[in-house]
This record gives sequence, structure tokens and C-alpha cells, in this order.
Amino acid sequence: MSELTDFDEMYQEIVLDHYRNPRNKSKLSRDFLETKSYNPFCGDEIELQLSINDGKLEDISVTGRGCAISQSSGSLMSEVVINKSINEIKEISLIIRSLLKNEEVQEKDLDRLGDAFALEGVKKFPVRIKCALLSWAALKDLIDQY
Amino acid sequence: MNVSNIRKDFPILDSRINNYPLVYLDNAATSQKPRAVIDSLVDYYENYNSNVHRGVHTLSVKATEEYENSRIKVKNLINAKSSTEIIYTRNATESLNIISYSWGKKNVHSGDDIFITPFEHHSNIVPWQELCRDKKANLRYVPLNGSGDIDMDKFRSQLSQRTKLVSITHMSNVLGTLLPVKEMIKSVRATPAVTVIDACQSVPHMPVDVQDLDCDFMCFSGHKMLGPTGIGVMYGRSDILNEMPPFLFGGDMISEVTYESAQWNDLPYKFEAGTPNIADAIALGVACDYLQDIGLQKIWDHEIQLGEYAVKKFKSLKNFKILGDRSKEKRGGVFSFHHEKIHPHDIGSALDKFGIAIRTGHHCAMPLVQSYGIVAASRASVYLYNSNEEIDKLIDRLSEIEEYFSGE
Ligand SMILES: Cc1ncc(COP(=O)(O)O)c(C=O)c1O
Repeated sequence: MSELTDFDEMYQEIVLDHYRNPRNKSKLSRDFLETKSYNPFCGDEIELQLSINDGKLEDISVTGRGCAISQSSGSLMSEVVINKSINEIKEISLIIRSLLKNEEVQEKDLDRLGDAFALEGVKKFPVRIKCALLSWAALKDLIDQY
Repeated sequence: MNVSNIRKDFPILDSRINNYPLVYLDNAATSQKPRAVIDSLVDYYENYNSNVHRGVHTLSVKATEEYENSRIKVKNLINAKSSTEIIYTRNATESLNIISYSWGKKNVHSGDDIFITPFEHHSNIVPWQELCRDKKANLRYVPLNGSGDIDMDKFRSQLSQRTKLVSITHMSNVLGTLLPVKEMIKSVRATPAVTVIDACQSVPHMPVDVQDLDCDFMCFSGHKMLGPTGIGVMYGRSDILNEMPPFLFGGDMISEVTYESAQWNDLPYKFEAGTPNIADAIALGVACDYLQDIGLQKIWDHEIQLGEYAVKKFKSLKNFKILGDRSKEKRGGVFSFHHEKIHPHDIGSALDKFGIAIRTGHHCAMPLVQSYGIVAASRASVYLYNSNEEIDKLIDRLSEIEEYFSGE
């Protein structure tokens, strides 16, 4: 489907790779916080488990079902936030939100997103932004609780 | 039926979406509008805009005449006995709510039964849930047999003197399934219940005759039948409408007002309080003319042929499954499909890139979609202006999309 230019921007190779081979999907066994977030309009579902120790995210599990954007976003997120401090994770969450909402983001902040920067293409598809943010919203819920 | 000529009447069908010619397959959500309908809106506002039923001046007389003429066209379309049985509303949802509020409040009591089917749109579920909660009545679902069709014998056995209202969709907006409404209504006649047909997906596509069906109410939306948004119809048998209290109160719906009280106006005005949606009602009349000029039987035959063609083509896509497939006698031109791995959102976004508009999601029928063990589906729905070539495009693109997402 080489004709799909915008489309390839949304589904960048790395996004499709995370969709086909999601990372960090083993359920945690140690103490963890857990939440499930759900988009009733399309049925996208993300289950998130976090194991936090001393203000640092030591392990994460992301599972769910739904569209390529919601599921790959969860997987990409897990790779960026693992082993980071809660404060850093809060900042990264804000950066990804700004990026998808088409707000101005500084270059040095973009670097902090790692591969999750590949989600940028979704901003051209406003109806899909909710899909991309589903796992990030779940993350925020849990971290705010912590 | 000459589809390429018909297409010329619909300006939007010349559009290009993402550099591809528009393939519009979301007709169950809303239809496109022919130029005649669009022009009639401009004509009203440019040439005879004025209020109806209240003036003696030329413009008001003309507007009133056109408004009432459109009611006659709707009456003819569904073969009602009288145009006073055609009540204009905003849409089918409002029509169903009026029945629930006005007829339901007065006639449904604690312990009574209301029946709907498992095929309903939320608009034909939620008003009855609310009414039943209010009245402590029971909302019951018409039983299905093993093949997913209405189980008529079981249904008959569940009807009783407690059955007060039966509201059924004529055709499912998700599966395209046609329900045996005439047979069901006949069975309900042995009870005190009134019958309501949600004809959103039938009146636009096939000949419908309220006297032949013998229903008490019928609801449909103008925007799904080539008309504008903001205008819908509640048909009701006049003897029943006459006994129903008004739903909205104010101007136009009264015949005499004193400082203390008021006398309700005659049908249909009793149910049309305030200045109505004049322009859109007139345009709906033009849409009725357009449909009748082509002929609803011809339109229906065309859609059946398209549906059959699509179902056959779908079989070539081995990982896409059509939900609730039926033989062609039992289905219209709406079909929902599902891929085990690819989410409807991804399918919808990808098709859009090729200019193909379908609907994805729960189609305002969450319980029905969920009964297939899924939360969302993709739906294509055809109308008179769609062609076999457009179905081919859909199928070809779906197979490309499958490759894209599976990475093969
Ligand atoms: C079967 C059915 N009933 C009711 C409705 C509600 O129509 P409206 O939104 O125009 O009120 C629809 C439209 O989606 C429908 O398909």
C-alpha cells in the first residue's frame, strides 16, 4: 500500500511492529498497582500493572485488545517508562499529550519520548487520538494514586 | 435502474476523498441528498420563507401549502389513510420518545409487558427502558430460535393481556436482517398492545404500506431517505393519536386558549407545537417524490442485488466474516463484518485513505454487536446510487489492508 502516505505516517513501521509484537505483556507477580481502561465507543481495552519501588517504576505489564494504535501505544509506552522515576514519567506523559494535541513541544523533550515519538503521526487523525492516549490515561490514573 | 444517471443527481458523489473518488457506503447512518432536495431548501429560504398556519399574506399561504403538500407525499409513500396521521418530528428517535412519553405514560402500568427485539437500535431500547423503570413495567425481548431468527411460536406464547406495547425494527441497521413484522403484528392483535415499527432502515429502501402491515405507529428519519437532517416522521393511526395527550405545549397545538386553559388542536397539529421545521419538511417531500419517481421496488431490487453480490465477494476474503448472514429474502443492503485480528478502527481509517466511507463501532446497537462476542464491527450499507464496482473496490482494499496489518 505504497499509496498510503499519511497513513504510513500514522502506522509507522515501528508502530506496526509493536502492534504485532507487543512488549512487556507478562503479568506481574510481585506487588503491583493495577487498572483497566476502556473506550466504550470502540471497545479498546488496556490493562495496566505497575510495580513501583522507592519512587521508581521497576516493572510494568500492558495487555489489552483493540486497534493497532491503542495496542501499540501501550507497548511503546511500557518501553519508555520502565525504570524511570515517577516524576520523569509524569513529565513524559505530559509531553506525549502535548505532541498528540498538536501543541508546541521542544526538541529536547521529544528526545525523551524514545520510540514512542513514532505516535506523532496519529495527530493527523483526530478521531484516533483517543486510541493513542488510552494507555497513557491509565498510566496517569495509577501514578496519581501512588 | 440506471445507476450512472442517478449518480449525476447527487453532487457529493463527484467528490474526491484523499485523492480517490468517494465510495459512500455509510447509508444506514445517513444518505446523500439529490440536487432537487438541496435546491428546494434554497428555494424556500430565497423565495417564500415565512411562517406556516398563521398568516394571510402570500408567502405564508405558499409556505403553508408546500408544508402540507409534503405531508401528503409522506402519507402516499407509506400509504397512510390520511395525512393527518403524519406527525413531523426531528428524527425517529424523537418519534419513539413521543410514543413513550405520551402513549406510554397514559397506558402502561405496573406489571405490564413491553416487547422489543434483540435487533434494536439504542433509540428503540432506551425510551422503553426508561418507561418501564418509571412504571415498574417489564421490558421483554422477543425470543430467537437457534438460527437467530424470531421464534414466532415462543413469541406468541409469551403474549398476554398484560402486553401493552410491541416495538420492532423492520430491518436491522447492523445485520441488514428483515424481521417478519407483518406476522408479528398479526399475533399481537390478540392482545391489547399497540405495535410500533422502527422503519428507519426500511422506508428509505423498499415499498412500505402501513395499512397492509397493520401497525399502529411507524417511525423514521428523513435524513436516511435522501431528505435533510432535522426532520423525521411519527405515523400513528388516527384513532390512537386522538386519544393521546400532547407531548409539547404551546403555539400551533391548540385551537382555543383562555387565561385558564386551552383546547387541543386537531391532528396532526396537536403534536406539532411551535414553529415546525418548515424548510426541511418541504425538502423531505421532494425526497419522497424522487424516491417514488424511480420506484421503491426498483430501488429495493437494486439493493438486494448489491447485497447478494457483496456477500458473494466477501466469501473470497477468508478472514473476514459477515455477522448474522441471511439468505437474500431475509436481508437488505446492510452488512457488518469482522476480522479476527484487525480492529474496525484500523479498517475504517485505512479504507478512508482510499476514499471509501464505512461505519465502524457499535452502530448504536451495543447489545446486538456484543452478542457476537465482539465490541465493535465494520459496516457497509448501500443505497440506490451504489454500484457493483464500488463493492469491488471495497473488497480489493480490504484484502490489501489485511496484508498491511498482518505484515505479510
Ligand atoms: C434502525 C434505526 N433506528 C433508529 C435510528 C435513529 O435514527 P435518528 O438518529 O435519525 O433518530 C437509526 C439510525 O441510526 C436506525 O438505524
